[in-house]
Order: sequence, then C-alpha cells, then structure tokens
Amino acid sequence: MNIRTSLASASKPANPFQPDHGLLHVRRQLANGVCIFLTTLFAVAAATFLLYLVLYIARQGLRFLNVAFFTQAPKAAGELGGGVGPAIEGSLIMVGLAALIGIPLGMATGIYLAEYGRGFLASTVRFLVDTLTGIPTIIFGLFIWVLIVVPAHSFSGFAGGAALSIIMIPTVARATEEVLRLVPKELREASIALGATESRTILRVVVPAARAGIITGIMLAVARVAGETAPLLMTAFGTPFFSTNIFRPMDALPLRIFNSTLSPYDIDIQHAYAGSFVLILLVIVTSLSVRWATGGFKPRGR
Amino acid sequence: MSQATNSQIHMPDAAATSAAVITAQHLNAWYGQTQALYDISLAVPPNNVTALIGPSGCGKSTFVRCLNRMHEEVDGARVSGIVAVEGANVYNRGIRPMYVRRHIGMVFQQPNVLPTRSIFDNVAIGARLNGLAHGKKLEALVEQSLQRAAIWDEVKDRLKMPAFLLSGGQQQRLCIARALAIQPKILLMDEPCSALDPIATLQIEQLIDELKRAYTIVIVTHNMQQAGRISDRTAFFLLGRLIEEDETIRIFSQPAKKETEDYITGRFG
Amino acid sequence: MQFPLAGALTATQQRSRAWLTQLRIQARRPGDLLFRSLIILFVVTVIGVVVGVAWVLLSSSLPTIRTFGLNFLRYNAFDPVHNLYGVSPAIFGTLVTSAIALILALPIGIGTAIFLVDFCPRRLRAPIAFLVDALAAIPSVVIGLWGFLVFAPWLQHTGEPWLQQHFGFLPFFQGQPQGVGLLAAGLILTFMILPIITAITREVMLVVPVSQREAMLALGATRWEVIRYAVLPFARVGIAGAAILGLGRALGETIAVTLVIGNQAAPPSASLFNTGYTLASVIANQFGEATPGLFISAVMEAGLILLILTLITNIFARLLVARLGHGRVRKVVI
Repeated sequence: MNIRTSLASASKPANPFQPDHGLLHVRRQLANGVCIFLTTLFAVAAATFLLYLVLYIARQGLRFLNVAFFTQAPKAAGELGGGVGPAIEGSLIMVGLAALIGIPLGMATGIYLAEYGRGFLASTVRFLVDTLTGIPTIIFGLFIWVLIVVPAHSFSGFAGGAALSIIMIPTVARATEEVLRLVPKELREASIALGATESRTILRVVVPAARAGIITGIMLAVARVAGETAPLLMTAFGTPFFSTNIFRPMDALPLRIFNSTLSPYDIDIQHAYAGSFVLILLVIVTSLSVRWATGGFKPRGR
Repeated sequence: MSQATNSQIHMPDAAATSAAVITAQHLNAWYGQTQALYDISLAVPPNNVTALIGPSGCGKSTFVRCLNRMHEEVDGARVSGIVAVEGANVYNRGIRPMYVRRHIGMVFQQPNVLPTRSIFDNVAIGARLNGLAHGKKLEALVEQSLQRAAIWDEVKDRLKMPAFLLSGGQQQRLCIARALAIQPKILLMDEPCSALDPIATLQIEQLIDELKRAYTIVIVTHNMQQAGRISDRTAFFLLGRLIEEDETIRIFSQPAKKETEDYITGRFG
Repeated sequence: MQFPLAGALTATQQRSRAWLTQLRIQARRPGDLLFRSLIILFVVTVIGVVVGVAWVLLSSSLPTIRTFGLNFLRYNAFDPVHNLYGVSPAIFGTLVTSAIALILALPIGIGTAIFLVDFCPRRLRAPIAFLVDALAAIPSVVIGLWGFLVFAPWLQHTGEPWLQQHFGFLPFFQGQPQGVGLLAAGLILTFMILPIITAITREVMLVVPVSQREAMLALGATRWEVIRYAVLPFARVGIAGAAILGLGRALGETIAVTLVIGNQAAPPSASLFNTGYTLASVIANQFGEATPGLFISAVMEAGLILLILTLITNIFARLLVARLGHGRVRKVVI
C-alpha cells in the first residue's frame, strides 16, 4: 500500500497549481457553468424564436400563395377566393413614391453631413436625423394627415408615400454619410487637382466610389418601409379595389394584413398569413443580401 | 484599516523562498499560422531579475505570456513544448490555466486597473476570488501588498476611491500590488514602464530592485538601459528565437553572438 | 532636436491645408454653387420635417390642451358622448407593457450578447447573431399577426392558467385569462426589443479593452468572473443606453401592440391579464372613429405625449452610448 502510493506520486509529478479551497473551486466552477448555460440558453432561445416564427408563417402562408393572391382583388366579405392584388399594387406604388422622395432627401443629407457639414449646423442636422429614427412611425402618419389628407379632403396613396418617405430619410442619410466618410481623401484631392469642380468630384467620383454602401442603405430602408403599417392607417387608409390614382385611397400589403388579421373569415386570415410570408421573404432576402454584400458574415467577436 | 502586525499572512520574503525556477524547454508558439517563438529553451533562476530584450515583434512578450498560459487567450494562439514552473509543466494535461495564473503574478504594459472599482477592491479582488483571505486578514493582505508595491503611503487615506483617479504611475504600482496580493512567488512584467513618464519609471525600477529579494521576476523591456539597470540576467530575443542569455554584465560588455552585439550597440532595431 | 521637428511638421500641415482651401475656393464655380444650394435646400427640408412634426402635433392638440390642461393626463377615457378625453389608461398601459418588456428583454439580451462575444463557437457566431438581428427586421404587423392568432390564444388556454396556478398569489396574475391584454403586449414587446438590446450590448462589450479582461484572467479568474468584474462594469453605461433605447422602441411600438392588447381599458387593478391600451395603440385604434374637434385633438395630444416620451428616452440613450463613437452605434441603430 505504502509502496503503491509512493510509486504513484513518483510517476505523477505533484501539481503545484491547485485551487486554494476545494469547496470554493466547486462554487466558482458552478457559477461559471451556470453562466455559460444560461447565456447559451438565452441566445439559442432568441435565435430559435426567429426560426420558429419564420417557419410557422411560411408553413401557414405558403399554402395560400397562388396567382390569384397576387392578381385578384379581395372578394366580398367571407366569399372564398380572391387575392390581395390591390394591396400589392398599392405597396409597390407607395414604396416607389417614398423612395422617390426619401432617397434624394436622405442622400442629400448624407452628402451634406459627410462633405460640407461642419460645426453647429452639422451637429444639429445629425442630431435631428438621429432623432427621426427614434420617433414612432405612427407620429408621421398624424403629421401627414394634418399636412396632406385634411387639406385634400381625401386619404391618398400620395399621403401614404409621403409618410413612408420620412421613415426612409434617416436610414438613407446615415448609410450615405457613413460610406462617404470611408472614401479615401486622396480620391477627392486627386479629382480636384485634376481640375474637376467640387460638385463633379462629389457626383462623379465620391458617390460612385461609395455606391455599394449607399445602395445597401437604400435597400434596408425600402425593406423597412415596405413592412410599415401604422402611418398608413391615417394616410393611405386602404381600399379593396384596384386603384392607380395616387390621390385616392390606396391599399398596402401590411395594411391588408392588419385588417385581415382581425377579420372573422378564414379566407382573410389565409391572405394575412400569405401576405406576411411575402413580407418576411422580402425582409430576409434583403438583409441576407446586405449582409453578404457588406461581408457581415465574417465572425465578429473577440 | 489597522496596521496588520498580528495577522499571519504568508508572503514570501528574502529568508524563506523556495526555489521557484522557471524552465522553458523547446517552446514554440503560434498566432494562427504565424509562428512567434521558435524552440526557446531558457532557465530562470530564483530571486533574480531576468530581463528579456529585443526589437519589437521579437517574441519576448509572447514568451512571458506562455509562462502563465496567457498566450492561449488570444484567438487562434497555440503553444508546444514545456514550461516547468516549480517542478511541474504548466502545459501538462490536468493542469488548469486559471490556477497557473493564480500562482504567477503578472503586470501588463498598460496599467489596467479596474477603473470603477475602489483602490482596495482592485488589490483585494484576486485574493477574494481565490479565497485567500477574508475580513481583517484580507485588509492586512491588501495593506501589505500596497506597502510592498510602495504605494501604501499615497493611497492609505483613500482606499475607497475608484482606482481611475490615480495617476498612471500610481495605477501601475497598484497593478503590481494587485499581482502581489495573490501571493505568487513569480512575477511576470510585460514592459511595465512603457506607458509611464521617467519619474514613475524610476519608481517602478526601484520597486523591482526591492521585490527581487522575495520574488523571481521576469521582465520584458524594449529599453536596454532599463535592462542594464535592473536585471541580473538578460536574454536577447530576435525574430522569435532566443539568441543568447547570460548575466546582464556579460551581455552588455562582451556578448557571445554578433546579433546581440549589433543590437546592443544600436546597429539595428 | 525634437521640438523644431514637430514645429516643422505643423508648418507643413498648415501649408497643405492652405493649399487645399485654395483648391476649394478655385473649385467654387456656378455648377458647384447650384449643387451646394440644392443640397442645402434638401437638408433644410429635412430639418423642416422634424420641426414640422413637433409643430403640427402641438398646434393640432391645442384644443384639448386648452380645454383640459393637465387633466388630460388624469382623465381615463375617450368619451365623445360627454366630450371628455384623457390618457391615463394609455399612459398606464404604455408604462406597464414597456416595463414587462424591459424586465424580460434586458437579462435575455445581455445574456445573448455575452454568449455571442464570449462563449459562442466561432463558426456559430455569425449565424446566431444574424438570426437575433433579423428579429428586428420582421415587420411589426407580422409579429402582431402571430401574437393575435397564435400567441394570445395560447396564453389564454395554457400560459395564463399556468401562471395563475403557480403564481396566482401575486396580484399580477389574477382574474380571468383572456389572452389579449397587457401581459400579451408586454411579452410581444420583449421579442421586439430583444435584438436592439443584444446588438448594442454586444458592441459595447466588444469595445471593452483586452487589457481589462487580461487583468482578471491574470489573477486566476474564471470566464464568468472576467465578465462580471471586468467586462460588465466597464460596459455598464453602454448597456444602460441599450436598455433605454429598447425602452424607446417599446414605448412607440404600435401595430403589434394594437393587435394583442385588447384596446379596452379595464377597471384599475394590478392584474396583467387585463386588457388595456397604450398611447400608440389608442392613436391607431381611435383614429378611424375620431370626429373633428376635441376628439381629433385628443388623438393628436396622445401623439404629442408619445413624441415627447420617445424623444426624451432616445436622446438620453444616445448620450449614454455616445462613447461608442458614431459609427458603431449607427451601424446598430437603424
């Protein structure tokens, strides 16, 4: 027995790096383990929730996705068939309108902040643009309602597009400013040194160099407003009929989903699921391609 | 805090040191695909200051970080070879890195105090985590560590104040006190003066001279004068290899290798 | 020897700066002026929009402000019959649902961020971060649809009875399970603010200097101890900013909440099973019925209060996360 222990201790060199207290060691390892377990659980739960949501909407929505869904107007209450054609058409028109107004305003703001903006005015503009992101979108709905809907005595697609355009401004402005700042100064100097004017330098050299980043920002902004509902409640209002007149009420996909969700009829619920699937697909495709384009899949961490 | 005369704190002193020797054998280290150390073999005698010198990027920092297993904390870092500390290879299976680090004190390039914690907590934290002392005993340990780090007189009246209020030199001495408070026998210092002004540097150098009576110290420095002033032995690293190691006087007066001579005389680096 | 050199450098810099300015002045031709004016015009428009939003809301709510004054915050109904309007239930609902969301999303978000920064295997880091981030991109109406059609019924039949059975002694879980209500809205909001809290916490954790982690590691700390003593204290201001930004989102979220909160004020009680409404949902819900005059003005004032609340939280949050620097926060807060 004695020999065996001494042999064992001889063959295995003593470990001087022992915990000072066995019990404390157990407690610390336990705390560490609990931390790893809980944080893993939270992260996996959050990721799983998204996967579940997407797959659930896909399972419910895909079944009802057909040609009629995209091309036909909704039928009378409770009648089977039909689609959400007006909503898709309206969404395309209003998002197009929003882009038409919002992109120039956003890009101009971004260019101003990156190229001209200095001092008090620039920081004020930056602050206001940042503020714009934090304002609940329904507020813009109220704003446009007072500004456009009331004077025109009519809800309209134009008002909807205007409300959505305000939401686009900060996203586009930020993306533009960020990427313009990344354009090397040498490029500007070279262009100016070659005799190009300031405006030519910005429009022909700087902005094209930052093209990819600006497009990324625009895509994100478009995907975001395409899913907006709240400001459309009091601007575009919605209609079950096809209408390309932007000065009349117009339907939008999120608006249709919102109204259909509360409907007692199965067909409306089906349309709501299918519409949701279309929106999710749009969002996922956009953010995936943006990630891919900006190299966001490289692992970031310590 | 009371003067701790009656407590029994184990801290190594000049009379009672064990032979705390570090021996590295055939040590290689990588960062990802890049090899940073090539086959280093080096023995560090006890109660002695060993300086590691060499141009930046020569692997001297990596080498000390291998001694207490800090190297592997960098993403993709790898080590092969043996580092024997107190007779055991720290890279042996079954040895936990956290307890290797707990037994070896380390001081970094930047004075990395925990800024929001009090001066007292900064010193006490390692001892607390490892359960080395509580209550009065902990207070005594903190005081003793601060005294050894020659900063006690400057902070004894404001132990509750957050550590970021101290100056850079004070913060670095606080970091030394923190390392001493886990009661190591070995102290690793990775360019501890590079972020400090000349006066603070002088204070730290005097402190190192004090500490070597009780601790085995390995110090990385890019400053040859500093190595000359404070170390007993000096090792010269170049491009990840150990060129030579000897008594400091010999290295600086009659180096055996031409590379060392070139470096010492300032012909490169 | 050093000082003259530094002086010379500065002089060179000055000369090159002057040269650049000169170039700029030369470059200012009619086209440039036009372009510049156009940019300034657009920027002024944007400024006008922001100022206009506040001004329009304020002027539109003047009737109720004049009529009710501070009582608007106290009255508890939108009552067109007696022409009495007040938002106290809406403020109550807003605060309760946001509080539920924050209490749940904060630990989960911080935990997720810790996992992503410290424990996640490298290969899984990007995919999991993407999935969590993508949650923020799901349109509010889609989450509302799921909440109304799937989650609320589940709460009514399973979730709330279970809570009642095990925690029924708490005043929060008493009364009739209805599915839709404050609890449902709070839980839905939890999912919706989780991504932003996670993303910002992750960013602030990533800017904690390595030297702080090493300080703890070198003392023999475990991973958790490194996080607890070095990372979280260092990042705490940023994490507070993340929480408040999340709160701002929760306060203003409209459509999903409108779908699951029930939009009916229940008699005052502590039960979270009760239905209710928030400032945002009362706007979405009452707007369709609002008649000109005090009714519309009341909706507008609800909007004004919501605007003020969200502005304060957002500005405060941005001040807290400002130390992260522009780029990092802006990348996250889209």
